[in-house]
Amino acid sequence: MDNFINLTQLITPASLIPLFPLLGFFITALFGKQLKHFSGWFASAMILLSFGLALHLFLNLPANQSLNFNLFNWIKWGNINLAFGFLIDPLSLVMLLVVTGIGFLIHLYSIGYMHHDEGFSRFFSYLNLFIFFMLLLVMGNSYLIMFIGWEGVGLCSYLLIGFWFKNDSYNDAAKKAFIMNRVGDLGFLIGMFFMLFYLGGLDFETVNANAINYPAGSSLLVAITLLLFVGAMGKSAQIPLYTWLPDAMAGPTPVSALIHAATMVTAGIYMIARSNLIFALAPFTMEVVMWVGVITSIFAAIIGIKQTDIKKVLAYSTVSQLGLMFAALGIGAFESGMFHVVTHAFFKALLFLGAGSVIHAMGGEQDMRYMGGLGKYIRITWLTFLIGTLAISGIFPFAGFFSKDEILAASFGANKTVWILLSISSMMTVFYMFRLFFLTFSKSFRGTEEQKHHLHESPWTMTLPLIVLAIFSVGAGFLGMPAVMSSTHYFSQYLAPVFEGSKSLITEHHHADHGTELMLIGIALSAAAISIGLAWSFYVSKNQIPEDEPQGLSKWVANKFYIDELYNTIIVKPIMVISDILFVLVDKLVVDLIVMAAAWIVGFTGRTLRLVQTGNTGFYIFAMVIGMMVLMFIQLVY
Amino acid sequence: MLSLTLLFIPLAASLLLLFSRGGLSRNLALVLTLVQLGFTAYAYTVFNAEGAVPFDFLRNWSAKPFINVHFSMDGMSLLMVILTNLLLPLIVLSGYNREIERPHIFYSLMLFMQFALNGVFIAFDGFIYYIFWELALIPIYFISFNWGGQNRTQVTLKFFIYTLAGSLLMLFAFLFLYNGTPTHSLDWAVLISNKACACNQTWLFWLFFIAFAIKIPIVPFHTWQPDTYKTAPTQGTMLLSGIMLKMGTYSLIRWLIPVVPEGVKEWQYIAIGLSVAGIVYASIIAIMQSDLKRLLAYSSIAHVGLISAGIFAMNLTGMQGSLIQMFAHGINVVGLFFCADIIFNRTQNPNVEGLGGIRLVAPKFATWFMVIILGSVALPLTNGFVGEFMLLFGVYEYNTWLSVFAGLTIILGAVYMLRMYQKVVLGEPIMENMVFPDLYWNEKVVLISIGILIFFFGIFPNTIIELTEPFLKTITK
Amino acid sequence: MNELVEHGNPQNWYLVLSTILFSIGVMGVLFRRNGLIILMCVELMLNSVNLLLVSFSAYSGNTEGQVFVFFIMVVAAAEVAVGLALLVSIYRNLASTDINILSKLKW
Repeated sequence: MDNFINLTQLITPASLIPLFPLLGFFITALFGKQLKHFSGWFASAMILLSFGLALHLFLNLPANQSLNFNLFNWIKWGNINLAFGFLIDPLSLVMLLVVTGIGFLIHLYSIGYMHHDEGFSRFFSYLNLFIFFMLLLVMGNSYLIMFIGWEGVGLCSYLLIGFWFKNDSYNDAAKKAFIMNRVGDLGFLIGMFFMLFYLGGLDFETVNANAINYPAGSSLLVAITLLLFVGAMGKSAQIPLYTWLPDAMAGPTPVSALIHAATMVTAGIYMIARSNLIFALAPFTMEVVMWVGVITSIFAAIIGIKQTDIKKVLAYSTVSQLGLMFAALGIGAFESGMFHVVTHAFFKALLFLGAGSVIHAMGGEQDMRYMGGLGKYIRITWLTFLIGTLAISGIFPFAGFFSKDEILAASFGANKTVWILLSISSMMTVFYMFRLFFLTFSKSFRGTEEQKHHLHESPWTMTLPLIVLAIFSVGAGFLGMPAVMSSTHYFSQYLAPVFEGSKSLITEHHHADHGTELMLIGIALSAAAISIGLAWSFYVSKNQIPEDEPQGLSKWVANKFYIDELYNTIIVKPIMVISDILFVLVDKLVVDLIVMAAAWIVGFTGRTLRLVQTGNTGFYIFAMVIGMMVLMFIQLVY
Repeated sequence: MLSLTLLFIPLAASLLLLFSRGGLSRNLALVLTLVQLGFTAYAYTVFNAEGAVPFDFLRNWSAKPFINVHFSMDGMSLLMVILTNLLLPLIVLSGYNREIERPHIFYSLMLFMQFALNGVFIAFDGFIYYIFWELALIPIYFISFNWGGQNRTQVTLKFFIYTLAGSLLMLFAFLFLYNGTPTHSLDWAVLISNKACACNQTWLFWLFFIAFAIKIPIVPFHTWQPDTYKTAPTQGTMLLSGIMLKMGTYSLIRWLIPVVPEGVKEWQYIAIGLSVAGIVYASIIAIMQSDLKRLLAYSSIAHVGLISAGIFAMNLTGMQGSLIQMFAHGINVVGLFFCADIIFNRTQNPNVEGLGGIRLVAPKFATWFMVIILGSVALPLTNGFVGEFMLLFGVYEYNTWLSVFAGLTIILGAVYMLRMYQKVVLGEPIMENMVFPDLYWNEKVVLISIGILIFFFGIFPNTIIELTEPFLKTITK
Repeated sequence: MNELVEHGNPQNWYLVLSTILFSIGVMGVLFRRNGLIILMCVELMLNSVNLLLVSFSAYSGNTEGQVFVFFIMVVAAAEVAVGLALLVSIYRNLASTDINILSKLKW
């Protein structure tokens, strides 16, 4: 009884969480002109309030309990009722904290970063709208509410990538992101139809309750999970729908940090973790998820090695890390995947914000070939960026070490090939991240004098988030230490109730004993060390700078294996040609011609028959007489 | 008697407007359409409280042939009446800062159109329904013919004859029905109770189907539409696309499916196949259209294709979705054409190419244009989403693969809409000396009302469902 | 022909006469070019029909046919009046009543 009262008391704060950002959106959108730079503070305050409420829920939600409530009936017809409701459980709470927490820091950062932009208020209204949709995504108690957030964040992503709308290539990138996401969304949508039709509803409770009636591996569940995974591929930028994410770097850097690294792109992983039960019931899909993740991870890491745009490197790194998370999910290590989502959110946001700080200092320059030696000028950025780099490289004791190690250990238990591939991908990650770090911060400055003169550390609104994120990039890992170091894994313990159902279904890979675990850690760390050494020798000792026009294989890599061009040739161009053909040949010539032919036939008949009207009276009379005779004849015969 | 008042107000208004002149006409037209809207709101409350009884009007007109003047009301009719009377004030208001020659005749025709449309939606006798159906064609013909753009003579004639040919088929269908029904009546209640009509249902189906398919239009009966939308004055296009299209889809549910159930069942697969093929076909064509209004016309074909696909899926979900989407599409398409009109009015450039940079000078316009586009590409929480979701699910219940194919509309819709938006609104201005004042007050009122409607029905679609579900349940049983 | 007249009904005489008159009228209308003559030929045809009607009326013993003849005569008179007026005005304009000249109204 006590718990019951406690839970209902949490409904109001829970429903208020998304309302604050929505309010912020309306205020900053409607009164942006009047608020001027205050709108940034206002928007940040709204997110802080949401964060406070999320924290309140986190502290007060009783363990092993979840809060599931409906606000109103959204769509209700026949015997189907799709309600608008929220589910607060450990999984959504983790995401809530990440979204609002990192969201707030990035809002704060943006106040400094966007200070001189004329669209300052507009930027914050979009950001707030994004947080609103992201919160719907993680809080929804049904796939449909998740889908609202899912499409909504896609919209905000579109708006923010194309934030500087004067530049048409940015607009192209925005459009590309939206459309590619829509491809995934179609999969999600059809997946929802399957669930609605066969599993009797869209809320997680009903779906899970009915799904367990189907045998594991039944084609229905495989179809549903594959379709959901198509959605996840779009949103979380997996092969083959990943090309929009690197382009999405056209948006302002805080956007890349918030949307395209920390939160939105992890929605796909959240969704699969949320649907862990039905995924666990579909081993085939798990296999697909795993391989797509592994391949994406390696593929993106390879491309990342040759990029020269600081943000592009980070973008490919994000794709690669997302692949790693999917691989974890595919193995069945849901908590490890989620754990990596959280740590990745911290250090990738940190890296992007650090990159933003670099770009800010460089006055807009993003090409690493014109940087170098920045460590001396921007100390805080340098230090925090180093922490981020170490964290993503999985160096002990930074956050990335724990989460990555967990995934590698799980893959070692499940599939040795996968483990090898993921280790290679991690090695490459370490390499390109240190390449990025050395090229940017070490040695001497390679830019223009004017830029050199301009170099300065960012204001406190920008550095404070860097510092906070750096602290978390160091500390977050201790939430989930491997068994060899600590007896309690706080993170997976907290999430355990969410994955309870699927745990028994996943073939339990015997937990690696301490010796193996230590061996794996040793291998991972030494591999990372080798990579760092390689990067050091290339970019510091030999002082190499990526050439402008690479040759041979590296040309392919630098041009991202020409995948964009490939898509252009086999999908975009043909559709345009088909569109023209359909319009000019089919619509105008065939379909309309049939219509016009009907009109023409009438006209032609008229034109021809009128020739009978010769104007010669004699002929008329003659024709009349003949006509009458014919009629009489017919009358006689019949 | 309420039914008669619904018809009487616009008819009287139409006659009254003939005696007004100049600026008075548009003000009078606005006031009168608002009066009608207010009366519709009253009708809505009455319907909710007392049901259809206060709306029933039944008098015998002629004993032989047996014709009743029968007006009545049910949820679906009321929905369409609300749509009509809601859009009319917006359409009138949208022409406020446009130079219109002989405005008294223009607005008079418009209100006459409103009269006819209301009649179509509340007529419950086939004969009366047919009269109103044809009556609605006359004002729109004159509107397009007298106030249209280039090539209007040819285009309007094509439109007129094409739709008239469709109507002729429908007339034949009614004749068959009249002769085939033992009691010789065209009363809706009689026709639907009399499913054992001796007539050949295949013939009936095709006659009705083609008649409605031309009006809707379902591919391949659509070729009158893009040209007409382009040529007609924008207010005319709004009437055509916002409301008149819905006459066709409304009639599918009102007349075709309950009256010819066997025929529909037999030929369902062709009807639904054509509809779904039309969605993809029109969407793909829309991608590369260079003319803005023509692009919107093709997008409209794609949207109504989905509506008719949902209807022909013949299940509650599809039909319910189709009604929601009819309402949503009516609102959105009026907004879209209004935006196209604003652009054309200020730049005199009908093409998608050669524009751009509008976002810089008219941010308010760009924002509301975006909102309407979002409704049109079916973003959740906008009215378009609920409709498309239910329609696609309705089609899914009929056939999974078909729904995947139809679902391409959510991708292709985003492609052509965003491409258009980018070329027209974003980027740097291409036109030199572009003078593009931001929204005037009347434009603001129209676009904001449309924006509010888009979100209202996206968040509370149940208002529509509750209104129409009882009726649909009787149909789908 | 003889057989028809000798063994048949006396009515047949009227039939034959009427047919001959009608055919002469048709031929006249067909082959003459003078408007006035065509008009007269039309009258001839009408009168042949009148003859037939009267004869049948007498034969069958009721007066309906005769009444109808009066109608035809009235109409014919009106028609001739109009027709002649037309011809006079045509003649005034073209100095001819040849109908082959009157071919302006074609196509």
